[in-house]
Amino acid sequence: MSPLIQGLLTILIGVGGCVGYFWASNVVLDKVVFPAKGPNIGRNINRANAVRPWLFMLPALAALGLYLVYPVFGSFWRSLFNRSGADFIGLGNYSLLMQDGEFRTALFNNFLWVLVVPALSTFLGLLVAQLTDKLRWGNIAKSLIFMPMAISFVGASLIWKFVYAVDPEIGIINAMRDAMGFAPLDPLQVGFWNNFFLMVILVWIQTGFAMVILSAALRGIPDETVEAAIIDGASPAQIFFRIKIPQIMGTIVVVWTTITILVLKVFDIVYTMTGGNFGTQILPSYMMEYMFRDDGRATAVAFVIMIIVLPVMVWNIVQARREVR
Amino acid sequence: MANLKLTDVGKTYGGKVEVLKDIDLDIETGELVVFVGPSGCGKSTLLRMIAGLEKISSGTLEIDGQVVNDMPPSQRGIAMVFQSYALYPHMTVRENMAFALKIAKMSRAEIDEAVNAAAEKLQLTDYLDRLPKALSGGQRQRVAIGRAVVRKPKVYLFDEPLSNLDAALRVATRIEIAQLKEAMPDSTMVYVTHDQVEAMTLATRIVVLANKGIAQVGTPLDLYERPNGEFVAQFIGSPAMNLMAGEIVGTGEVTTLKLDEGGGTITSVVPSRPEDKGARVNVGIRPEDMVATEGDDYAFAGTVDIVEALGEVTLLYFELPKAETDSNTVIAKLNGIHSGIRGRTLRLTADPSKVHVFRNGVSLLYR
Repeated sequence: MSPLIQGLLTILIGVGGCVGYFWASNVVLDKVVFPAKGPNIGRNINRANAVRPWLFMLPALAALGLYLVYPVFGSFWRSLFNRSGADFIGLGNYSLLMQDGEFRTALFNNFLWVLVVPALSTFLGLLVAQLTDKLRWGNIAKSLIFMPMAISFVGASLIWKFVYAVDPEIGIINAMRDAMGFAPLDPLQVGFWNNFFLMVILVWIQTGFAMVILSAALRGIPDETVEAAIIDGASPAQIFFRIKIPQIMGTIVVVWTTITILVLKVFDIVYTMTGGNFGTQILPSYMMEYMFRDDGRATAVAFVIMIIVLPVMVWNIVQARREVR
Repeated sequence: MANLKLTDVGKTYGGKVEVLKDIDLDIETGELVVFVGPSGCGKSTLLRMIAGLEKISSGTLEIDGQVVNDMPPSQRGIAMVFQSYALYPHMTVRENMAFALKIAKMSRAEIDEAVNAAAEKLQLTDYLDRLPKALSGGQRQRVAIGRAVVRKPKVYLFDEPLSNLDAALRVATRIEIAQLKEAMPDSTMVYVTHDQVEAMTLATRIVVLANKGIAQVGTPLDLYERPNGEFVAQFIGSPAMNLMAGEIVGTGEVTTLKLDEGGGTITSVVPSRPEDKGARVNVGIRPEDMVATEGDDYAFAGTVDIVEALGEVTLLYFELPKAETDSNTVIAKLNGIHSGIRGRTLRLTADPSKVHVFRNGVSLLYR
């Protein structure tokens, strides 16, 4: 069967199956289980209405359970076994991780990423949002800054590989060094700092995201509160920090935590740029590295990442819900 | 504390769209001046120009004898109360009121004293540590007023402060503002509203704005009793003053007028000159000044078209078949309840002292 027909069939069966499920289950509920007739008609209608939401949510709940909830417990269970899955080794994988210097480097680097990238992206996004707010060409500036959002992490990494290229004919950094008479060097091999050169790529991508959300939040601030502050004698800086920022604090936290969660998941940049070499390893790329020569520890790493992400995610969701209200 | 003087003040946007021009106004110390006018007449813009939130395109604005055109709002000695309250949502009531004083780097003790005094005056003491969202609309507006009071401004500016409140609260807060004004007899206040009752009850003087300028300035009763033109006559008072086309048939100390429609003659205490005889005019009579009469000496006879019984008063609507005035409805407001009156033909007249005469839109009193 040609892949095209196969694809079309999949879509038809998938969408048709969904529609069919909702329609058929609804009919069964209303006509067979709790029919809207007979002596108990009122009670039947009420019961059908109480059951209906659960009926409609069932497929989603089942899918989430199968693909999200089960894997969490499954992974944890799996991480307690060796590579073949035959021998139960308890926390053996975790103790191996703790002893591995590369894992500790990855943990430390990840900590740096979480510290720097969300803060810098949010700060720059806020700065751009505020500075472009009243400008006539502000929207053009914003579009340009937003553009990297549309580039995949691997694509962005390739672009920055050119920026960091050792050949002064290609890499802008070495071109500048060359112009100033310095010998070329590979920025990605400069110990410790190379981590930050990699972070720049993600900041470059995520600033646009932060800017768009925060720009909308800034516009949502009532003009009158700003005018009241002007009359109260506040300077532009005081208005920004004491009137505007506190009013959009909820949004800032949501942006911050959203980027934090993303940072904990990103492996493409490190994988593409350095492959985790030169002391740039982070947890996701470390996990990828062990996935195919696993002694069972990749699942353990996955679980460690989940444990780290979990509190940030909870905070993120709590904040986002509060914003909606 | 301070007087306010506007000389030839004008406002244009982008050098093209003119919204206000040639505004001349003297506001004395201790006055409460109310700006009223139809929506879009620029009354809020004028207030914002006094506040310094809008640039003054032309003319000068003086506060306390000092030209403040280019002075930032905070140095003009003004405080403003906004329609939407404009409270800082992340600050408690106390912080809201203290903000301006903190910016001005006053000492903790001074700030506490000023805030507590204002809270006392506005019955906000129990709410000082609450956030604005935990307050009712009336309380929020009191906080907004408190935020103005603590700064001890020379001039208070109110931009439709009661418009966001429901009817009952509006009355209560209106009385509070009147009491506040009484407690601070030296403070000058400028108040923008579209609500006539607020204007009539609060104002020392009312400024009616229309057509980019000032239509008339005067005490509330001045404007009610002696409007200088048809616009003010119809703007002040509700329902609006009836205007009926007619002709001057007798001149002198009193003027005798004949109405085109449904009418006999009526006299007005407005004097006229001999050459006015035969002039086309509009005769203005307020609905509440219309009196039903049985006699032959009536100004207007018409068939009652619609009756609105409000209990306290009854509004009668008369349709004029082919009137030359803008509105072809004449309204009479009679005291008490009048039932079974619809469809009947009534004769109406008015006391000569209540009859206004307008020629080309201008009152004969002001020519």
